Amino acid sequence: MSPDQQRILARAAREVLPGHVVNLGIGLPTGLFSHLGGDVLVHSENGVLGCSPRADDETLDYDLIDAGGAYIGIRPGASFFDSCVSFAMVRRGRVDITFMGAFEVDEHGNLANWKIPGKFSPGIGGAMELAQKVPRLVVLCSHNDKHGNPKILHRCRLPVTAPRCVSRIISEKAVMDVTPDGLKLIDIAEGLTVSALRAATEAPLLVDETRLGRF
Amino acid sequence: MTGLISKFQSIEEAVGCIPDGATIMVGGFGSPGTPFALIEELLAQGQKGLTLIKNDANESGIGIGRLIEAGRVARLITSHIGLNRIAIEEMNAGRLRVEIHPQGLLAEKIRCAGAGHYGFLTDIGLETEIAAHRREIQCEGRTWAIEPALYADFALVHADRADRYGNLVYRATACNFNPLMAMAANETIAQSYRVDEPGSLDPEAIHTPCAFVSALVQVPVESSEQGRRKHVS
Repeated sequence: MSPDQQRILARAAREVLPGHVVNLGIGLPTGLFSHLGGDVLVHSENGVLGCSPRADDETLDYDLIDAGGAYIGIRPGASFFDSCVSFAMVRRGRVDITFMGAFEVDEHGNLANWKIPGKFSPGIGGAMELAQKVPRLVVLCSHNDKHGNPKILHRCRLPVTAPRCVSRIISEKAVMDVTPDGLKLIDIAEGLTVSALRAATEAPLLVDETRLGRF
Repeated sequence: MTGLISKFQSIEEAVGCIPDGATIMVGGFGSPGTPFALIEELLAQGQKGLTLIKNDANESGIGIGRLIEAGRVARLITSHIGLNRIAIEEMNAGRLRVEIHPQGLLAEKIRCAGAGHYGFLTDIGLETEIAAHRREIQCEGRTWAIEPALYADFALVHADRADRYGNLVYRATACNFNPLMAMAANETIAQSYRVDEPGSLDPEAIHTPCAFVSALVQVPVESSEQGRRKHVS
């Protein structure tokens, strides 16, 4: 894992509060698993509440995976259920916070992370329901794509996973909240200037330099 | 044979009643809960032109991935096939028709069939690409999409334990779509590692009551070997 990804995960871990029910999307958000404290319940949409990372020396349970296909363990108080109950939990708002990756995210909180027409369309999985129904969606993503193009846009160009669903975006460069007035800068990476951040971001940013955090 | 004890069948007999062109639900989320032995028997018997309904396409070389690679699947109704490169290639080449649903809606469409309903109303996916394929109605001042129930001719499910009557118990994350599919299909064929005498399972712990199960096959634990990754990162 790169230092930038480590920085994102360390900052993201602060979003999770004791007692939270948490869902971790596939990819970078899965890395948050080992950063979480003991007083949270991790939900995985394949039918388990109370996932724990599997210790290296723990015997493999072939019937126990997370939604990304990794073998996991469970913590005391865990429960298993079918796929309907799992998504009832999601749609009914019982999962408090979810972390997802993004191809694109925009200043209105629209999220695109499931399909690149003509290039990548493996399906949607549980992303659409998690994005639409979990009260707090935190996007964890690189600030720019591998060609350096902004991923944080004025308006998503790719098909959206859900409209107006994102609460907060955490990249290696910044923490930004989606507000009715647009994207508000909350924290900026150590050593980065606001003008450099703006140059790397397509969406306009609301900045109050007197109240800016560093991470 | 008729009567309660007749649900216990050989795997050849149980899978042998599936015709070409059948619509078949297959349990499992990734490997756990995938009825590998029943799928292998289907592969061996040669049924073709199948429509499969499964959360995913397993991975290439295992489970329904083997049926897809053998050209036996005409259509797949699923939520995500990202772990099966060959299924994606078959889809892109136009040899496999793939219908994608959000995972929770797929589960609910199956549950709805199992409960004997026509369908349900939902706000999931409004204002997204999937909305284009659905009818919407106004109700209580809001917009809802109509999601019809998803029925099937057969369901192939995997249980951890069962009794001869066909009562089923699933284990851990091998539960997933299995109990939903067991209710939604016209004929449900269950495989189980253990099949005990009626009375051996705690009645309160039974996930699928035997009334939903048509045929029961006992399979060795080793039949799921193909879905087990020995080297874990």
